[in-house]
This record gives sequence, structure tokens and C-alpha cells, in this order.
Amino acid sequence: MAYDYEKSIRPGKLPHIWCPGCGHGIVMKGLIRAMDTCGLEKNNTAIVSGIGCASRMPGYLDFNTLHTAHGRAAAFATGVKMAKPEMTVICCGGDGDGAAIGGNHFIHACRRNIDMTYVLLNNYIYGMTGGQFSSSTPPGHLASTTPYGNPDPAFDLAKLAIGAGATFVARTTAFHATQIDKLIVEGIKHKGMAVIEILDDCPTTYGRRNKFRSVVDMMKRLKDIAVPVTAAAKMTPEQLEGKTLTGVLHKEDRPEYCENYAKIIARVQGA
Amino acid sequence: MAKKIALLQGNEACAHGALYAGCNFFGGYPITPSTEVAEVMSGELPKVGGKFIQMEDEIGAMASIIGASLAGSKALTATSGPGVSLKQELIGYACIAEVPCVIINVMRGGPSTGMPTGPGQSDVMQARWGTHGDHAAIALCPSSCQEIFSETVRAFNLAEKYRMPVQVLFDEIVGHMRERIVFPEPGELEVIDRTAPSVPPEQYKPFDTSFGDVPPLAAFGSDYRFHVTGLNKAEDGFPTTKAELVDAEERRQIRKVEGAEARADIELNEEYMTEDAEVVIFAYGSTARSARYAVNELREQGIKAGLFRPITLWPFPEKRVAELGEQVKAMVVAEMNLGQMVFEVERIVKNTCKLGLVTRVDGDPLTPTQIIDQVKEVL
Amino acid sequence: MAERYELRFSGAGGQGLITAGIILAEAASIIEGRHAVQSQSYGPEARGGASKSEVIIGEAPIDYPKATIVDACLAMTQEAADKYAVGIKKGGVLLVDSDFVKNPPQGDYKIYSLPIMRTAKVDVGREIVANVIALGAMIALTDVVKRESGEQAVLAKVPEAFKDLNKKAYSLGFDKMKEVLAG
Repeated sequence: MAYDYEKSIRPGKLPHIWCPGCGHGIVMKGLIRAMDTCGLEKNNTAIVSGIGCASRMPGYLDFNTLHTAHGRAAAFATGVKMAKPEMTVICCGGDGDGAAIGGNHFIHACRRNIDMTYVLLNNYIYGMTGGQFSSSTPPGHLASTTPYGNPDPAFDLAKLAIGAGATFVARTTAFHATQIDKLIVEGIKHKGMAVIEILDDCPTTYGRRNKFRSVVDMMKRLKDIAVPVTAAAKMTPEQLEGKTLTGVLHKEDRPEYCENYAKIIARVQGA
Repeated sequence: MAKKIALLQGNEACAHGALYAGCNFFGGYPITPSTEVAEVMSGELPKVGGKFIQMEDEIGAMASIIGASLAGSKALTATSGPGVSLKQELIGYACIAEVPCVIINVMRGGPSTGMPTGPGQSDVMQARWGTHGDHAAIALCPSSCQEIFSETVRAFNLAEKYRMPVQVLFDEIVGHMRERIVFPEPGELEVIDRTAPSVPPEQYKPFDTSFGDVPPLAAFGSDYRFHVTGLNKAEDGFPTTKAELVDAEERRQIRKVEGAEARADIELNEEYMTEDAEVVIFAYGSTARSARYAVNELREQGIKAGLFRPITLWPFPEKRVAELGEQVKAMVVAEMNLGQMVFEVERIVKNTCKLGLVTRVDGDPLTPTQIIDQVKEVL
Repeated sequence: MAERYELRFSGAGGQGLITAGIILAEAASIIEGRHAVQSQSYGPEARGGASKSEVIIGEAPIDYPKATIVDACLAMTQEAADKYAVGIKKGGVLLVDSDFVKNPPQGDYKIYSLPIMRTAKVDVGREIVANVIALGAMIALTDVVKRESGEQAVLAKVPEAFKDLNKKAYSLGFDKMKEVLAG
């Protein structure tokens, strides 16, 4: 029997706003399956987003959902989680939202190692505003504001998260649909800040300008560039040229922020 | 039992007022001259099981208190002008999403970095119009340490009752000076909590106007679940671009504060010797203390002076200012900026009495002498 | 106009003069149940520079919280004396540290001097109590609060282990000033 997505979707809220060929729907389905696998209670879960195409996701999902301002998801989510640490808090949003305008909130949420799962959909572009380059658009690529090719270097978002202190960091692509929910499940179960970057090129404002003839071409590219970390260990630097590592990139145990604060409360009240 | 008495800074009194009101979440970012509020909260909140977080920046601090409030907390942040400038984005969010929270602004000179350790009153218009878009505003302006305590309690009450951000503005002088505070007993001051939904969860709409202009608010993590957005929304909380729904929502959000009944509830003024006054000084915050001194001095000199002190700056006390405008020969606005509230006073009294203005922005407070001189000049 | 008595404590940042002002305000408003407002000027530096603390004491609520015409001023350093020993009223008093203020600003007020820092160093053995010595001296000089009120406020402010030290400092300041006044 086919998986029942509708039990997690708010009645009457579909169709979604995403373009044909966009991978955001694949990611949303992965998120739904992952939350289901983890047995999350709807009332006890908050899904928080910023602004952008990916940030519209919470509106479709039948949970406590908070569609905030541009870039601010991690900071709002920090308030929710601190106020009610017993809730499961999930952030979702795009690369420009999370790593450019919201970069400061993102890295500090990683540093605190606050227990939330951040699903970071990297579509390499500002899609909703019409395809301006983002902090993860590859150098040389075309966007509506880089008509001569992007002069900016790009962030490696997973490395940014690891460097900032996130204790679970993973990456996959919209092509690897079944890996999406597996990694999100691991992220939700992990106690601390979990970042799952999902490569998910925008077909409308990024792919079209950058000579991916069709969505199928884009999906093939995602398939081709993805190399599981386990396989990469046996490959030469030449073989890894132009590839992207996928799977669990980083995992460590470090005290979680709300648990630390709970200890402070216990100590102060005990004294 | 004797009441607890202490000599406290205005900023410390503010924190204790917040705790009295049931504040259990503080999200902040360090900025002079407001830091003592955060310092006291960081020490006191864990004692009552509350949460304190120092965020990465001012915007993050504002975001954290909105998130915490939606999860059911009574949330506070404290900052100064430059911080309020950064927070404007999310003050607007709290307005449109109707999230109760309290923002303390210990005013210093400006614009920009300005005079971090000097007093100012130049953020009073920012408190009204700082964030973009049409919105209502509630801003309170206490002038003593005891009043900072009680007005912080009232700010929480108004935030909870009207489901919106409320700003408390006081300047560096009152924020840093110390006066005796008599701590009210529990129950002595009214403490209001937001109205929770009375309908079953499946019928709950976060912006349901069938209960009046202020819809009941549930909390994340309760039996109710709902959607919140900064987009224009319908009663169910989901985005809409339907003209009649957008219009109705925008107008309701102004009406809930500026309607006659709400105004009467929110406005609070102090008057001193205005009954027979021929000239009234309009002053607020620490400047009102100089004005009071000036009134006494002027009375000794035979001039029938009085003081009108708005404690609620926004909504502006239009009705009472208009009445006084009819009564007096002149009104003199005294403020530590180059003329801001004077525009509101002028709008109300321009056809009824003479208007004077005395200002100061050099980092020292307006003195009684400056006010007295201006009163004499206008008369 | 309500009667008000205005005091200003000035010196170098870090000398504890703000604390001295706070203790005096506590003596007046908490212990004696009168009205007091304490305020201070802040510079960007946490230590050094010239700093001042003002206390206004009255029988009715204090409206204007800053000094208008100073009744009594303390200056612990020459820089503070030059910057803050201004606006002292006719017939008012200025107390300076005799070792550090060689040229007290002259005016229509009485100038007194005491070796405050030296007393702290030599007689108490701790420079840190100079502010409490100065407080004792200022209370002796002005009678603005009772001797006992000042002492009670000092003792309420300091940790148990330092009570004797501060009590000694306060008494030394008070008595030395009274000796000077007795001529």
C-alpha cells in the first residue's frame, strides 16, 4: 500500500507553490516520512522557517508551524525550544535564508548545540525573488544579478555547520529521495544541533540560466556529483574532483544547550 | 510583615517589575545603557525556573522572545536605540502576528552610536513609527524607579491583553539613577495573562474575531496547534491576498488599540497643578521631573503653571491634551530631543493655545531653569 | 520648592565613589526613611578617568535628579577637582584629598582637606577603603545623615569578613573630619 502522506498535510492547503521539477516536494515528503518514523506527536512538534520557497513548507504541514521573517528561523526556533525543551523543533529553509541573511543565527545555533534539526535546502539561488545569486551559487555561474558570471566564492554549507559546532551534519540530494528521510531521522534522534543539507537545484531560476536543459538533466547531475563518504575514502583527489560528499559527514557528542540550562536551573534552585 | 525595600537603579527595578508580572523568558543582547536589566534577569530567572538567553544579535534576541511567547512564555528583551533600530523588523512581525512581548528601550543619544552613556528621548517617534507598514503601537514612559517597576508590570499586562508588542521607554538618567523601591506584595498590582482559547482544538483559529478585536491565543506545545506567519493572513492564520480579508485584518489591528474603549484602558497620565493652570508644561520621562521642579518655582513667582505628564506615550492622549489646550494660554513641550512629541501636541492644540518648545541633546538633562525661561518667553 | 541637599563625590574611576554615593543614599532613604536619589556620570572607561556620583537628599520626593547647586563636594584627585568641583553653592563645602589635590579650585565656599588615601593605606592598611573613609568624613562635615545611619548602611553593604575593616575606616574618616572642624 502506498504511504499515506495526507495524514501529515493540512486539509485544503495543497497545491503547493513550488514549480514543476523543483525538488522541494521530494524533501517535504522525506521530512513527513522521517517525522512519522520518529513517531513525533503533532502537538509536540514545531516546524519553523524563514522566507523563501523552501520556507513555505511548514504551511502545508499539520503541526505547530511558524513562518517567520527572512533568515530568522533558527533564532525564533531557539526561543521556542528554550521555552519548551520537551518539544521537537525542526527548521527548514533555503541557502540564502539560512546562510546569508540568517547566517549569524544559523552559526550560533550550531555553536550552542541546541537540540533542533535544520533541514537546509540548497537550491543555489534566491528563487522566490527571481533568481539572484546566493552565498552558495558556484563561482562563474549565471544568476539575474550575475549576468557576467558569479564573481563570489560559494559557501560549503555542511562545512560551515561543522565549523560552527553543529554536532550532527549530513548531506544528500533531492535525487536520493530515500536517503533524505534516513538522514532526517538520524538528525531528529540526535541530541543537539543537526544540520541536513539537501542539494536541490532550482530548475526555474538557476538550472535554466546555467544550461541544464531539463529537470532530468539536473537530477542526473545530482546523481553524478554525489559520492557517499564511505566510498570517497577509497578515492583519489583526482577522482573526487567536482564531486560532493553525501551521507553523515560529522557526528559528535557534546552537551546540549537546553540540558545545560536545565542544570543551571537545578543548581540555582537547589542552592 | 514589612514590605521589602531597596535602593535600586531604574534598570534593576525594571527587571524586578518584569519578574513580578510573571516574565519567564528573557532574550537579549548587550547594549549600554540597558545591560543591568539583562544582568538582573540572568541571575533571577533560573531561580523561578525561567529562561535567560543572550542571543547572537539584537534581531536574534527579538526573534527568541517571539518564539518563546508563542510557546506560552511571558517574554522580555531590553535594549537601547541602536538595538531597537535592528529589532524593528521583528517588532513588525510581532504586530502582524499578534504576539505578546515587552521591549525595554533605555534611551540614549543618537542617531547611530550617538552617545551611549548619555541620556536622550529621541526614540519616541521610533516607538510609534519605527517598523514599516501600518500598525498600532503601545509605548509607556515612566519617570521614576518605582514607576519603572509598575509600568513594566503594566507593559506585560497590556501586551498580554492586546496581544502585541509593548515598548517601555525610559532614558539613561532614570535607567541608571537609584531610588528607593517598595516592592509590592503579590496581588497588590494586577497581573494579566493572555486569553486562552475556549473552543475545542479542532475549532481553534488563531485570529478568530468572534471573541472581539483581540483573538484568544493558544501556545505551541499545548492541545492546540496552529500556523503563524508574517504574511497578511485570514482568521485561520494562513496567508491570504483577498482584498476584503486583508483590509479587515489591518483595520482590526489598529482598532484594537486605538478604539475609544481601548484608549481609555491604555492611556495613563499624571497631572500636577493643572486645575487652574494658565500654562501647562508637557513633559515625559526624566524631563517631567525637571518640569515639576519648574512648576513649583514658577508658582512661587506667581505664574499659574501646571504639568501634564503622559505615562502612556502611544496611543497619544489626544482627548486630554485637547481639553488642556482649550483651558490654557500656552503649552510648553519639554523634551530631550530636537522636537518630536511637539508635533503631536501641535496637531491637537494648534488652534487653541500658544505653543512653546524647549529641547536639549547635548547629553545633559533639561534643567528646570531652561524650562522656566521658555515658559516665560512663551507667556 | 522642596528642601534638597546636594552632594557630589568625585575622583578617579575605580575608587569606589559611586558606591560611596549609593551607601549615603541608602542611609538617607532606607535607614532614615527620607527621600534620596543617587546618580552618576559614566565614561567609556571602566577604570581611571574622572568619575562622579551625586546624591540628592530631601524630606519630600526629589524631582530633578541631578545637582543644581551643590551643597557639598568631595574631590579625590586634581583632575576630578578641576572637572567636578564646580557649581558649589555660596557657603557650601569642598573636601579634597590633601595629597592628591594640590590646587583646589577656589570659590565662595569653604575648602577642607584630609589625607584620605594615606589614611586608608597607613591607618587601615587597605587603599580599597578610601571611599568609606571619604564617606565618613563627608557625613561628619555635612551632618546630612546621622553618624549611626551611615555606619549601618556601610555595614549592610560589605561582606561579613570586611565589616570590622570598614567600620574602622568609616570611624576614622568621621573622627578625623570632626577633629579638623574642631580646629
